[in-house]
Amino acid sequence: MMDNLALLGMAPVLNIQLLLDGLLIGAVFVLSAYGLALVWGVMNVKNLAQGDYVMMGGYIAVVLSQNGIHPILGLPVAIVIMFGFGWIMYPLVIRRVIGKDLFTSLLATFGIAIVVQQLLNIVFGPEVLIAESGFETRSYLDDGVTIADIKLVSLVLVILLAIAVVLFMKKSRMGQAIRATSQNARAARIMGINTDRVYAFTYALNASICGASGVLISMIWVIQPYFGITYSVRAFVIVTAAGLGNLPGVIATGLGLGVLEQFGGFILGAEYQQAIVVGLLLLVLGVRQIQQMRSRQVVQ
Amino acid sequence: MSKSQKSLLLYAFILIAGIAAPYVFPNYVTQIAMLWLMILFALTWDIMGGQMGYNSLGNIIFFGVGMYASAIVQIGLYYDVAEYTSHAGAVKVDFSFYQYFLGMGLGAIFAVVTGVITALILGRLLFGLRGPYFAIGTLGAAIAAGEMVGTWDYVGGGGGISMPTFPGSGDERSLFFYFLLFGLAASTFVFLRWLYSRQFSLAVNAIRDDEDKAEAMGLHTLRHKLVAWSIAAVFLSLSGAVFGNMIGFVEPLEVAFPTLTFGIFMVLMALLGGKGTLWGPVIGAVVFHVIKELTWSYFLGWQWVALGMLIIINVVYFQQGILGWAQEKWPHWFGQTVDQSMTREEGEAGK
Repeated sequence: MMDNLALLGMAPVLNIQLLLDGLLIGAVFVLSAYGLALVWGVMNVKNLAQGDYVMMGGYIAVVLSQNGIHPILGLPVAIVIMFGFGWIMYPLVIRRVIGKDLFTSLLATFGIAIVVQQLLNIVFGPEVLIAESGFETRSYLDDGVTIADIKLVSLVLVILLAIAVVLFMKKSRMGQAIRATSQNARAARIMGINTDRVYAFTYALNASICGASGVLISMIWVIQPYFGITYSVRAFVIVTAAGLGNLPGVIATGLGLGVLEQFGGFILGAEYQQAIVVGLLLLVLGVRQIQQMRSRQVVQ
Repeated sequence: MSKSQKSLLLYAFILIAGIAAPYVFPNYVTQIAMLWLMILFALTWDIMGGQMGYNSLGNIIFFGVGMYASAIVQIGLYYDVAEYTSHAGAVKVDFSFYQYFLGMGLGAIFAVVTGVITALILGRLLFGLRGPYFAIGTLGAAIAAGEMVGTWDYVGGGGGISMPTFPGSGDERSLFFYFLLFGLAASTFVFLRWLYSRQFSLAVNAIRDDEDKAEAMGLHTLRHKLVAWSIAAVFLSLSGAVFGNMIGFVEPLEVAFPTLTFGIFMVLMALLGGKGTLWGPVIGAVVFHVIKELTWSYFLGWQWVALGMLIIINVVYFQQGILGWAQEKWPHWFGQTVDQSMTREEGEAGK
């Protein structure tokens, strides 16, 4: 561990490499975290299946690339398919847990997560897969830093997607309806908004955002049926740390998490990467609790 | 026949069935022993999840902590643990009859102590969290515990530890562990039955119904929460110590901290039977275990899909559980078969 730290001190370029990798991967985390915050904020459902939707998107891209279609074209395909999937899951499961006690939605979506993960395992097997994008890897800064072109392309795509979602939420009728519903569902219903449809749309939108980020992950990283849960945990870390309805916060935390994971994985060893995410979750919850303690008057 | 006589008869029947089962079905001793373990899991989860409204997804921590604590004592009494677990294979691993059972007894005591200490420390850290945050926090803690033990070389890291071999024949061994688990589950039930008839259960239910109000009424909520979790930890760490010896091999992710299997099963069983009741978790565990064993043997490969479906159906469509449903349907018939003190209990929980 100390050796790795010393190595970072001696080779500043390595820091830049890790930083860039972290930012590029963190950008993809932001997408699924934003989807989680959306569903959580609008209908108070905590979607533990988040990471498994990401994996589904990834497998869509892999299937396309195996059939000779470039995985980037999988982006619109995944968005459409996952939107439909979310739309179907809504009346089957999600509608029935809205308004129930908070633990119910967690457990119900955990059930979805298990089913999706196991079905993926049955269909595609437990092997680690990657969608070949065919882009080159280039060196920068006198060969000190190497970045795959696909990561840069993904970054651009993430930014475009994020802008599209934000514009959609701000400008479109449905986006406005979603925001109105999240502010006050009852008032929205009185104003003639079909909140049930809004909920269905929000959940489907979340699924398609996850699917899109899954396509990107399948190109810049690897996918595997059981990796979903780590993405769910990451999304929860980001949203709990940043708070609901705080888009700049979600972006900053997502990028920060990506960087931290890269550095932590490098310094402590790759096997600690999952432990780092989970440890961070506990840390965030702990800090939140201390904050609450300060603001809460304890009568004891 | 009065109601108390009837319930006495029921308990006597269960006791006799539990003792006779391994002799009547000698081929299924391990499966029935697992059933008792599942009942214990569901009962201990329900102390927090059902009675107190704190849905923990990480109770499995105590199971693993107890297992490792007992393993370290059992081996550490006679050998150097680090050498024993190292895969050199040169260490002599012989345990005499006396060494084995002394080690197991001391290991169980140490397991309980460590389990309770873990519960107190974790409780201080996590009990400020409410609702889903508590669930996610405990889930994170359980996953982190497994990962951390997996990197601890002294106890063999991800490779695990082989437990001492039982000094006796295979049949004796399975019967011994069967009765240990049966006794453990039965004493858990008896203890909780007593506990739920005390004032403690009212206090814990008050925390579930409205924690802030309970606190404003002068209830020391943190202390009650810590005690409730410690009780769960005592039984879980004991069962972990027994289970480790029964399996004969302790490994961090699959055996000691199986967050996504046993850790979720315990929640599911309590929900399936009807949480917040004494009998609910027991019934849920029996039904769940039977379903699980059937799907595991007949839907090989699809068992996990079936399990996920079961979670969804249970949580979404059948939330009150078997006992809650039966009570709604035949309240009168129900009151006659079950002990009076318990129907009062369930009446409160069903509100």
